[in-house]
Amino acid sequence: MAAPICLLLKRSQLVWLFSLFSSAIAFIISVLLLQQVMSSGVISYELGGWEAPWGIEYRIDKLNAFLLLIISAISTVVLMAAQTSIEKEIPKEKHTLFYILYLLSLTGMLGIVSTGDAFNVFVFLEISSLSAYALIALGQDRRALWASYQYLIMGTIGATFILIGIGLMYQMTGTLNMQDLSQRLPEVAQTRTVFTAFAFIIVGVCLKLALFPLHLWLPNAYAYAPSIVTAFFAATATKVAIYLLIRFTFTVFGLSFSFITLPLQELFLLLGLTGIFVASSAAIYQKNVKHVFAYSSIAQVGYIIIGLSTSTISGLTATLLHLFNHALMKSAIFLALGAIVYRLGNVQLSSFNGLGRQMPLTMAAIVIGGLSLIGVPLTVGFVSKWYLLTALLDKGWWPVAILILLGSLLAVIYVWRIVEVAYFRKPLAGSVPVQEAPLFFLIPIWLLIIANIYFGIDTRLSLQVASAAAQSLFGVSP
Amino acid sequence: MIIGHFNDWIVVVLMMIGLYIVIAHGNLIKKIVGLAIFQTSVFILYISMAKVEGGSAPILAEGITQFSNPLPHVLILTAIVVGVATTALGLALVVRINEAYGSIEEEDIQHLDNQTQDETQIQATEGDQS
Repeated sequence: MAAPICLLLKRSQLVWLFSLFSSAIAFIISVLLLQQVMSSGVISYELGGWEAPWGIEYRIDKLNAFLLLIISAISTVVLMAAQTSIEKEIPKEKHTLFYILYLLSLTGMLGIVSTGDAFNVFVFLEISSLSAYALIALGQDRRALWASYQYLIMGTIGATFILIGIGLMYQMTGTLNMQDLSQRLPEVAQTRTVFTAFAFIIVGVCLKLALFPLHLWLPNAYAYAPSIVTAFFAATATKVAIYLLIRFTFTVFGLSFSFITLPLQELFLLLGLTGIFVASSAAIYQKNVKHVFAYSSIAQVGYIIIGLSTSTISGLTATLLHLFNHALMKSAIFLALGAIVYRLGNVQLSSFNGLGRQMPLTMAAIVIGGLSLIGVPLTVGFVSKWYLLTALLDKGWWPVAILILLGSLLAVIYVWRIVEVAYFRKPLAGSVPVQEAPLFFLIPIWLLIIANIYFGIDTRLSLQVASAAAQSLFGVSP
Repeated sequence: MIIGHFNDWIVVVLMMIGLYIVIAHGNLIKKIVGLAIFQTSVFILYISMAKVEGGSAPILAEGITQFSNPLPHVLILTAIVVGVATTALGLALVVRINEAYGSIEEEDIQHLDNQTQDETQIQATEGDQS
């Protein structure tokens, strides 16, 4: 696997190139993996040569391969802009450290996704989160420290909850391998220990993925982290947590246990809906544009969770599609914000006045990303919302579908506020004219935006993979 | 019942103490202490679950027929390392927070933050007017 590539400690300017290189290799490997998995089924790799139920197993099925692709692609694109962005935001002597942390975090995420061992999940989770805390603390503002500290407390509680859950499962079944667990758990499914384990794991994972009542760490952490870090984490960190949620509810505990024995369906639906509304309305009142989009991330998590709560194949397909699409649009938007930070030094809404004329390409990227968040046709946001709505209507939950459309209207409001300030107001008198963002920003931003539009028009690729993954998940769980 | 599950009771009590400290205390160092207690309780959970009555360490030697399950012990070794790393990072953050804010009390920090937010807002409105 591509995981151990992070062993670099070179102290030179070449670090950036090397990180980009390793991330790109990870991306290529994951593309190949996806192809192989799509054609020939599950690949498993036994670490250290021990057989599966005893040794640690890396297991790649369609879902993992899809997620691996998202993470490594986003990481590669974001890294392209990294060198230019951190020049201004991080002191020079810390650049090497920044890349080491970044790669460690990437390793952790790829590890979580590829491993087939429940305890290994915890270890990789901590690898990626510990480096995430440190990355966020690198932000310029002193509030970054405080945000990072809060994230550390919440994240550690979440991870420890997962650890407790895994411990209890081990106590009941005597195995840590996910496949093995899924076979042995039904025998003991009606015991209270398993219920407790399930509850601990779900709460822990939901802390990590910032589901509505547990989202408090997210806005500040995203807003004060260095822009590159935000772009990377907004696109990947919550996605990894959602992957864990899907993996645990569908594969390990099995569909019938998660959704029929326990009222998870109603719970997720309710939390997802409140999440959409509360977070979108909070986004409308924010003054810092990074805050706006951080809150909108929480709202998007709401959509993803609703797709999950339908527990049908089409719902799950919508969830996976939205996972992919949301990663594309959010990383594009946050990268564009990074470019604005590079030129302006801050992202307060009030300093956006007239920016539409001064940085046309960057602002256009934000607008397209925003349209995609709303779900305008021809962008990716439309595709996934379309599938989500179809899934809900199939299920007969039309009130939910209406509420989701209303939620999208809230997105219109917060995106419009930014558009209005940027395009229809004159630049402040006496403010220094700003130039367009440097090329190293524009290339990755527009790569992502073009991907946004491309996958909004030609959905075959993403849809095929997502529905194949969803079907295989339902195949595994009886 | 109570004596039989002695370990578990300790675990639960420690866990609650730890969580309570994390939630209720305003002092950042104390929060980290609470977090450490919380994690320790989980370590005990794992270790006690693997212990077999009368079992010894899993060494190949004569006269040892019964031994404890070594796997959770090994797992928890990893988790302890993770816990140490978390505590170290947390404390390092507290040091930096103390340098930046001059305080490690949650209330003071939030107060200072609100002030800076107000200031930026005032600056922004002034900017609009000019």
